[in-house]
Amino acid sequence: MTASATNTMADRIDEKTIVIRVRGDVTAASEGPLMAAYGQAGEKTRAIVLDFSRLDYMNSGGIGLLVTLLVRANRQKQKLLACGLNEHYKQIFELTRLDEAIGIHDTEAAAIAAANA
Amino acid sequence: MARDDANWAKPVKQLEAADVEGAWNANVRGRRLAAANGGFGRLFQKTFDVSLVGAAVTPQEVIKTWKTHFAEFWPKGQKMFLPASGIAPGEVGLINATVPGTPTMATGILVIYADDESFSFLSPEGHPFAGPLTFSAHVDDGVTVAQVHELTRASDPFWELAMMVPVLGDRMQNDIWRSTLRNLATRFGVAEPAVRSKIVCVDNHRQWGNAKNIWQNAAIRSGIGAPARWLRRG
Repeated sequence: MTASATNTMADRIDEKTIVIRVRGDVTAASEGPLMAAYGQAGEKTRAIVLDFSRLDYMNSGGIGLLVTLLVRANRQKQKLLACGLNEHYKQIFELTRLDEAIGIHDTEAAAIAAANA
Repeated sequence: MARDDANWAKPVKQLEAADVEGAWNANVRGRRLAAANGGFGRLFQKTFDVSLVGAAVTPQEVIKTWKTHFAEFWPKGQKMFLPASGIAPGEVGLINATVPGTPTMATGILVIYADDESFSFLSPEGHPFAGPLTFSAHVDDGVTVAQVHELTRASDPFWELAMMVPVLGDRMQNDIWRSTLRNLATRFGVAEPAVRSKIVCVDNHRQWGNAKNIWQNAAIRSGIGAPARWLRRG
């Protein structure tokens, strides 16, 4: 299956929280854009919210990438949260048990509230 | 419906594994799938690949053959039992592996993802490694390349120690994929397949909270279950 490009944008919500908006496909080829967005977090950031509401496609390479991102976030003692996942992608998080390590929330507001709790 | 909807397995609370003629079915049925970020040991990203030089074959043809004949490409002594239909999302494979100096180890895998150019496994708790294992094919500079990529940790302290023994660790895991790729390339008529390896430690930290995984260790449980199995067969 041919993958299309990944587009990411990091929005700083406050000193401790950023939201990374992910558009398009998440595959192993998404490492550059995703890690570049994560790189904007900085040391003071305590929570990273991944907004997947514009996610089009994800394969197992994308899961590997999320595992790598989780390792980096854990190392910095940062929370990793996700929002905007449709039912299909929620099931993939459940299948791979990433939902046990990445807090899943329906909306960005709920994710940010959980990040600050 | 997402583009990848049909490519993913559905979530499972516990694995189901039907008995297969000739296979020792243990350490799979009733087990949970190990988390993609689970396991105990250091996290390694391993890439093994082989260029199918001279083979007029597309990535899709390679994956189709690999899915259908997966077990045939494994090295001698390592057995994988898959449904006759081959690899598809949600299918469970049984593994009967030979670990030097120990009885056969029974474990398995779940096919979590499959499309025309790749497929991926996750293992049940107790399997030596936790993390996604992906088999894929692509074209690089006009040549089709077959690849095995894993992002895994040793599941528990037992396996982490075993992996630190260079010959054992390399033979147990890495050589399986080198042999598999050589056998796959040979199937496509490649005369002297040269398998490349790239192994990178992504996270040097151990996940001590998962040290308790040792209670489900497939090798230990296989060893405990071996006498009863011998008696039944005897």
